[in-house]
Amino acid sequence: MSEMREITYRQALNEALAEELDRDPNVFLIGEEVAQYNGAYKVSQGLLDRFGANRIVDTPISENGFAGLGIGAAMVGLRPIVEFMTFSFSLVAFDQIVNNAPNMLTMSGGQFNIPITFRGPNGPAHQLGATHSHATECLYANFPGLKICTPATPRDAKGLLKTAIRDNNPVLVLESELLYSSKGLIEPEGQELLIPLGQAELKREGTDVTIICYAQTVPLALAAAAALEEEEISAEVLDLRSIKPLDLRTILNSVAKTHRVVIAEQDRPYCGIGSEICFRIQDQIFDELDAPIARVSQEDVPMPYNERLEKAVLPSAEKIIAAAKRVCNA
Amino acid sequence: MPAPEQRDEVEMLSLMLLIRRFEERASQQYQAQKIGGFCHLYIGQEAVVIGAVAATRNDDYLITAYRDHAHALARGTSADACMAELFGKATGCSRGLGGSMHYFDKANHMYGGHAIVGAHVPLAVGMAFASKYRGEDRVTLCFFGDGAINQGAFHEALNLAALYKLPVIFICENNLFAMGTSVERSTSLKEIVERAEGYDMQKVVADGMNFREVRDKLSEVIAQIRQEPHPAFVEIRTYRYRGHSMSDPASYRTKEQLEKYRMDDPITRLRAQLTREGRLTHEQFDAMDKAAKETALNSVKFAEESEEPPLEKLYDYTYVA
Repeated sequence: MSEMREITYRQALNEALAEELDRDPNVFLIGEEVAQYNGAYKVSQGLLDRFGANRIVDTPISENGFAGLGIGAAMVGLRPIVEFMTFSFSLVAFDQIVNNAPNMLTMSGGQFNIPITFRGPNGPAHQLGATHSHATECLYANFPGLKICTPATPRDAKGLLKTAIRDNNPVLVLESELLYSSKGLIEPEGQELLIPLGQAELKREGTDVTIICYAQTVPLALAAAAALEEEEISAEVLDLRSIKPLDLRTILNSVAKTHRVVIAEQDRPYCGIGSEICFRIQDQIFDELDAPIARVSQEDVPMPYNERLEKAVLPSAEKIIAAAKRVCNA
Repeated sequence: MPAPEQRDEVEMLSLMLLIRRFEERASQQYQAQKIGGFCHLYIGQEAVVIGAVAATRNDDYLITAYRDHAHALARGTSADACMAELFGKATGCSRGLGGSMHYFDKANHMYGGHAIVGAHVPLAVGMAFASKYRGEDRVTLCFFGDGAINQGAFHEALNLAALYKLPVIFICENNLFAMGTSVERSTSLKEIVERAEGYDMQKVVADGMNFREVRDKLSEVIAQIRQEPHPAFVEIRTYRYRGHSMSDPASYRTKEQLEKYRMDDPITRLRAQLTREGRLTHEQFDAMDKAAKETALNSVKFAEESEEPPLEKLYDYTYVA
């Protein structure tokens, strides 16, 4: 294999978009500020110049309208990529995303699948207050017909987004604002990189406890695992990468090895992603567990603006370390 | 040998008859509890969709709301497939998975059947976007009721269509009532068509009880759109003889109002026009009506004898490969 290179998460997404736009004339990108402004977070930098205004389409602030436009275009054979400036704003388009996109296939008796990608940053960033800090994965995960992935590294961002665009179903690619400038190793340009949906990845091997994480909690979990090693606790870090479909097999294999689990999620605790995973683990391999499963999530409050309070609400490496020690009786 | 457009009008009249007889039969079957869920009848409004279909090509896109039986029949979906869908059978136009409000027929360019009021209007804009993107001269017909025009999705869709100059006709089937709420009680405008003004959009009003007027006005708009893509808003004033749905006795309106519209029945009117012009005899009309009744009756038999969707396929329509 040729030499890996280091790029940012933002560049990785940009490469994925450019490659798929180049590959398939039915693919187009639509959203607020995606064209002339080059993207609110510069993910679509340069795409207007390269692909033109027919395929990189600026919209008014009208999420429900342009999400529906994308779904309608998908009904007649296009493959839209709809960018939400943040998934907090996707809630304005909730009806289109949960009622029209995933239901069409069933309602039409299999006649209309919707090959659409909804993408943009999801989850709390930094001091954006209650309305701009939503982690929406647990909401969307409740709807059959949607697929959801949550890349945490540049490599996963590129590989998952490309796969999402080629998928024949509606896929939500939930990116992270806090990760856009993070760097990571990735295959050389021009080398095809597709990462299947529904495959978790072991980001670090360990023997004492499994830390299940995704998106913004992946770097937190890795930091926690490094700190735990100092205290002679060997933590395995499992990045889900996809929320739906869920790679239950890999989760169970890891739990069967470590017998202890911490779920580090970026959403809120009530009906959060962790509740579902927790249920599935105990349902499938109850006897393998040596301790109750611990969860680290947001606190169950609307996000406060104040920095100190926001920090108290969010999951952190410290909280993950404390949870890991608790389940390890350390 | 009649001229093509004359034959066309008789054929359109026979489609209007089929819609009416089909829905009368559906109403009867609903009351016999053979049909579940909600069931919204179109009786009285037939000239709207048939006038529109008479003005369009078969490959133009058509999408509508939940009062959709007529739109599928108008597009060529068989009465059998339509009735079987009401019965929830695997032979239905949506394999029994959609029901009355979710008729789909891809082969006939019928794109649903959508039951969240106003939510399909952005879909129509997307379909028109795709036509323009590919450089086709297709027009998208988007039907909705007067109840949809106060939804956010409707307004966002109209703005996008106007902004991008998309080839879509927004057809408001104004039957005066959104369920039990009259237009005066729902809408700040005196005339619904004025909604187009807010989006700098071409606007047209047509009498929905008059097939020829609907067809001719839409033909004109469609010809302009095929020349130069742009959206248009057409308010078609019509009336439903039945309640909002099967469970609605429609006590919010007067007998006099209903009778007034019944006297102006779209089928009777087109029949009279054709008869007066010597293009249709009473015998021919009676034969057409008899055929429509038989088709409707046979569709019930077909639906009754059809199989249920198999349980083991429950998970087959959630995702595609």
